[in-house]
This record gives sequence, structure tokens and C-alpha cells, in this order.
Amino acid sequence: MHRIIPPKIAQKIMNGVFWASGIITLLVLLVVIGYVLYKGLPVINLEFLFTDPIDSGRSGGIFPMIVSSLYVTFIAVLVAAPLGVGAALYLAEYAGENRTVRLIRFGAETLSSIPSIIFGLFGLAFFVIYLQMGWSVLSGGLTLALMALPTILAASEVSIESINKSYAEGSLALGATKWQTVSKVVIPAALPGITTGIILGMARAIAEAAAILYTVGAALLIPISLLDPARPLPLHLYILATEGISMDNAWGTAAVLVILILIITVTTNTLVDRYQKKMMGR
Amino acid sequence: MSRWTEEFFIEKGLLLTAVSSIIIIALIIIFIFMEGLPAIQAYGFFNFIFGMDWAPSSGQYGVFPMIIGSLGITVLSLLMAVPLGILCAIFLSEVASSKMRRILNPTIQTLAGIPSVVYGFFGLILLVPFMRVQFGGTGFSMFTASIILTVMILPIIVSVSEDALRSIPQEYKEASLALGATHWQTIKNVIFPAAIPGVITSVILGMGRAIGETLAIIMVAGNVVQIPGSILDPVRALTSNIAIEMGYATGIHYNALFATGIVLIFMIIVLLILANYLHYKKKVTIGGGYL
Repeated sequence: MHRIIPPKIAQKIMNGVFWASGIITLLVLLVVIGYVLYKGLPVINLEFLFTDPIDSGRSGGIFPMIVSSLYVTFIAVLVAAPLGVGAALYLAEYAGENRTVRLIRFGAETLSSIPSIIFGLFGLAFFVIYLQMGWSVLSGGLTLALMALPTILAASEVSIESINKSYAEGSLALGATKWQTVSKVVIPAALPGITTGIILGMARAIAEAAAILYTVGAALLIPISLLDPARPLPLHLYILATEGISMDNAWGTAAVLVILILIITVTTNTLVDRYQKKMMGR
Repeated sequence: MSRWTEEFFIEKGLLLTAVSSIIIIALIIIFIFMEGLPAIQAYGFFNFIFGMDWAPSSGQYGVFPMIIGSLGITVLSLLMAVPLGILCAIFLSEVASSKMRRILNPTIQTLAGIPSVVYGFFGLILLVPFMRVQFGGTGFSMFTASIILTVMILPIIVSVSEDALRSIPQEYKEASLALGATHWQTIKNVIFPAAIPGVITSVILGMGRAIGETLAIIMVAGNVVQIPGSILDPVRALTSNIAIEMGYATGIHYNALFATGIVLIFMIIVLLILANYLHYKKKVTIGGGYL
């Protein structure tokens, strides 16, 4: 049977289907974020944010977890940003198309698709045991650095490549060396994009739990030294929820994480907007 | 230091940072294999891959049920996320007004950024009881896990597919419309077919994410080591197996968990090869959240 729906009607139906799919996606986000904030915001107050957990998190706050999250993320960015930006500069400004470059790109691509639990296994075998760093913010932070690296590399490379070539040519024509050109012309022009990349890498590190499950320990104390164990926010949420310790505190922790992610998303979007306006304004 | 030597050292230094990705990958593979291979050697390759029982206390290390578990959850979530994701991508690239796009794009970015434990927790508290009431059983099941995963892989499918659809030359579309085709006919017969390599790439990337997801699945899948008889049965994924047992594993059990990691790495490598075969260059958008 060949019943063909008239094109005009098919068009109307499909428009409805497309709109519906867009709205479903929007609703999913609203439901997830709305519910987490609805359950979590009442829990959050200054006391929750700035006191220690009591009775392994049954009551009390999450201050050590916030410090832990900031600590491991800071280490991750400190290590991954120079590596990622350096690699991006090399790929975009120095390298031609050759085998090494293809291999580097393949490496970065593979790195970005490796499951986080594999990073966790590697962190355990390499940092914790082989290098004897133990369960510590250092082991956790370095493991997260490996995960943030491909994100920072990819974003930086794109922003460096999107810079108008005439900038660099102008600088070279004035007699500047390659590095003078890169450091005084290319990097400043690409800075908003590079910053965005670093923030995205940061977001990946802040949100991650599986990779640090067996590298950072699960201590409830505020980590001071690099070799202290810690418990970042996602890990705390995971432990509270799976061990059934306190659902209220779990919602509070989840809400803090979601708010962090919202702040990061708004910041990157504003940065990218401004960057694009600047590029268009030329 | 002369200008020339300075330039030389800077270039070599940058090369070194660039090579770091390769070194890291090599180290990861070396260490996972070093710790995992002893278990496969001791237990036998076929026994390990196709063994039906995983019972470390009695020395049984068969991962086959978990391979099925991982694949089952992944396929189910793709069945839901791919149609929705592609429709949403077409909506964004072809149908939506710019105002709607300004709302939806950050939405998708935010969905991509939400930590996986938050999704897992959300599923544990809301979805699991809902499934228990609707379908009976415990509510922890392959189906429950795949619903949560659907939400988690949707962003990557939408953003990569949207890019692919947008990169189709405008002339294709104009020619089709000029011939009198409706917008839907143009999408169906011209734009979408041209974008297929990119769309498939988006599906492969989503698949990679689904196979690799760990903690969110642990929280809702039930984690029973068995070959599921229906989608409402609880299952355990390969990733979950590692995360659940690594805390107390010693001896060959410890090695067997790394060997589970080797199986995961192989799955990801197969996906990477598939993706490379398509030759679709994924565009990296800085604001896209996903890179």
C-alpha cells in the first residue's frame, strides 16, 4: 500500500515532531536541575557550607569537601593547563602535517575517550602505588589533570587556529622572532578561548568522581599537605547516597555541584560571546 | 643565550608538552596491562571473557555477564537517545528560531556538565521508585540505567550531529528548495543524508560515553552479575564491576579488575577505529561544552 502523506501535511507533522524533541530536551534539564535545587537549596546555608561534617556526614556541613574539590581541581589545572596550552601552541603554530603530529592528535583523541574509571585504575596503579603518593590530593589531582588535558588542548588549539593569520604575519614582518610573535601576539589574541578551554577542563575535574574513587582516599578532614587524603564533593555525594548516610546532605551536596556547573556554563558562554563579538568587530 | 638557541629550546619544549598525550596514553596502557594480564594468564583468556560466573571468593572470574550488561545498557540508551538527539539536532540547525536556539544550546551544555553522580543520585531517588511502582521488581534494572544514560549521552549526540548538519553547504539546501521541495523533504532527502558521517560519529561518541559511565550506573542498575532475561532485570556493567570491588580486592582479584579494564579499553579502541574509518572531522566548538 502506498499511501503518501501530502507534502504540506508531512511538513506540519515534522515541524511538530522537531519542536517536541527540542522541548523534551529542555524539560529534562528543567526537571533535573529544578528538582535538585528544590530538594537541595533548603539544606544549603552558611553553616552547611562552612562547617565540618558530623558523624561521617549524617549531619553538619561540607566544608572539607569544598576545600578538597578546590584543591584537587587546582592541582589538575596547574598541571594540565601548561601541557594543554603548550601542546596546542605547538600543533597550531609550529608543527606542519607530519607523522608525529598525527600521532599526537590521535593520542589526545584517545585520551579524551578513555572511560574515567580507567583513569582511576591507572591513577591507583601509577600514582598511588608505583610512585608511592598514597591516597592523596596529589594522586587525585594528577589523575584529574590527565582527564582535563585533552579538553584544554582541543579548545586552545581551536582558538589559536581561529586567529587571523595576518596578525602573526604582521609581527613577523616587523622582524619579531617566532616566539616573540607567539607570546606577544598569538597568545594574547587567543587568550579568551584558552581561558574558556581551561574553565571547561576545570568543569570536567570538578564533576568527576569515578577517577578519584581509588586515588584520593575518602577522608573527612580538611586536606592541608599534598599527601593528605581528601573527599571532593562528587565523591562525598556518591558515598552519602550509596551508603544511605543522609539524603538531605546528599541533596545539599548535589545542589552545590549543580550551582557550580551553572556558574561555569554562564561564565564560559559570556566569555565566548564577548570573544566572538570582538572577532566580528574587527 | 642567542636568539636562535632560545627559539630552539622553546620549540623543543612545546614539542615536549605536545608529546605528553602520547606518553600518558602509553603509560596508561602499560600499567593497566601490566596489572591485568597476570589474571588473564592465570585464569585463561576464554574462561575470563566467556566465563559466566564472577565469584572472587571462590576464584571464579568470568566477565561475560558484565560484557552483556555493558552492551545491553548501552544499546538500550542509544535506542532512546539517538532518535531524540538527531531530531533535536535537526530542530536546532534547521527549524528553531534564533531565540529558541539561545535557550536550548546552553541547556544542552549544562546537561553535559552536570556531574554523573548527580544524575545517578537523581535516578536513585526518583527513577528507581517510579520504576518499582510501574513495573514491579526492585526498580534497579538495565532499563532504569539506560534511561539515566540517555539523558547523559543526549548532549554529545545533539551537539556533534548539529555541527554535522550545519556544515552542509547552503547551496544543497537552496537547490532542493528551488526545485519545489518542502523544507521537510529537503531535510529528509538532502541535508540529513549529506550529514550522515557526522551523525554516525555522534552516535559512536555517545556509545563511548555510555560504555565508560560508571558511578551513575552503579546507583541505578542493581549490579547483579547475571545475563539479564529482560530489560527489567538488574545487571552489572564492566565499569561498575571495577568501581564496586576495587576497594577490597587483593591478589588475583585485584588483577582481574584491571583485566576488566583491559576489556573496556578494547571496546573503546574498536569504537575509535570505527570513528576514524568514517573520516568525519569532529568540529571542536569552544562554547559547546563538549570537546
